Amino acid sequence: MVVFVFISAFKSLKINLVHYSPMSAHSTVIEASTKRGVWGGGNEPLKASYGKLMMWFFLLSDIFTFAAFLISYLAIRVSYPAYAGAAETFTGSNEYWPVPELVFEALPFLHGVHAPLIFVGIMTFILIASSVTMVLAVEAGHRNDRNDVVKWMLWTLLGGITFLSCQAWEWSHFIHGTDGGSMLTYVNGLGQNVSETVFGANLMVNEYGPASFAQLFFFITGFHGFHVTIGVFLLFLCFYQAAVGIYDKRGHYEMVEKIGLYWHFVDLVWVFVFTLFYLI
Amino acid sequence: MEIQDTKSTLQVTPRNEDKIKKIWKTALILLAITVSEFIMAFTMDRGILLYTLFILLTIWKAKYIMMEFMHLGDEAKPLFYSIIVPLIFLIWLVIALVKEGSDIFLMRW
Repeated sequence: MVVFVFISAFKSLKINLVHYSPMSAHSTVIEASTKRGVWGGGNEPLKASYGKLMMWFFLLSDIFTFAAFLISYLAIRVSYPAYAGAAETFTGSNEYWPVPELVFEALPFLHGVHAPLIFVGIMTFILIASSVTMVLAVEAGHRNDRNDVVKWMLWTLLGGITFLSCQAWEWSHFIHGTDGGSMLTYVNGLGQNVSETVFGANLMVNEYGPASFAQLFFFITGFHGFHVTIGVFLLFLCFYQAAVGIYDKRGHYEMVEKIGLYWHFVDLVWVFVFTLFYLI
Repeated sequence: MEIQDTKSTLQVTPRNEDKIKKIWKTALILLAITVSEFIMAFTMDRGILLYTLFILLTIWKAKYIMMEFMHLGDEAKPLFYSIIVPLIFLIWLVIALVKEGSDIFLMRW
């Protein structure tokens, strides 16, 4: 259902892909929507086009999905005691929830440097910046300014790819862990009670905190990263179609606006992920 | 070859500098809120006050993104409310699950 609504948002995209296949390249492009009557789908309820409406309702359903994830995080978070000792003596344990700034404190190329939350701060900045360039692309689309659309779409695309690369590094570091690891007692996959030094994280055990800490990290940032990946594909599509003039021929730049909505939503979710995972 | 035949037929409107200025202003506000969250994370004591402030600032940022970047405020009122009103359900979900979590905490420790 959700997937259907999401695909519906790109309805006009599909039509135009057909028009631009080599066979029909020289045939007349029929503007379907303007020729339709009120009862044939020609009117626009809520003064928004079909695609934009579908995008909004898809985003609403996605808000609920992410909210369910994040509120579950909150529930599991308050069901554990928080680490209350000094920052210098922090060690991971599955008895208490870790302090985020003591877990996420590494930087690429700077091994051993204690830089709490700096990297994730940079990631947040990149995503907000790409959201700004996206809104500038939408604004240029309203003015039918192809050059500006292409320029800002390219910046947005670069921002999206950079963010994904940062997240790949963040995951890799989280999975491989620190030099020292943590001494943990836990029940392993065979049902045995074991005490050993654990390095990094997987879905069974992790050196930072309770098993659910890493599980939630993987699921929530992973699901968000999946959205960013789809977003990057859509951004590229939009950048390409704007650059070759498909939107000029179509007569409007609404696709930029629809993909923009999706991209801002990805930024919106990250704002909440950032607060819940890295600040609280 | 059909790609080369794409001379623009649309009228390009010149830039509206006020609009672009407003976008950058919103971006600066978002950046300023994020920076202040950072400063608070390192200077204030962890506790319910700090967490409440974080969540309020996050919702404030979300408002800016939805209203200024996604232009939800400019949509027709019924569309605006059909997006905003269902979010009321989330308030109850937060209350219910946080209560559940803290009860599990009391049972476990």
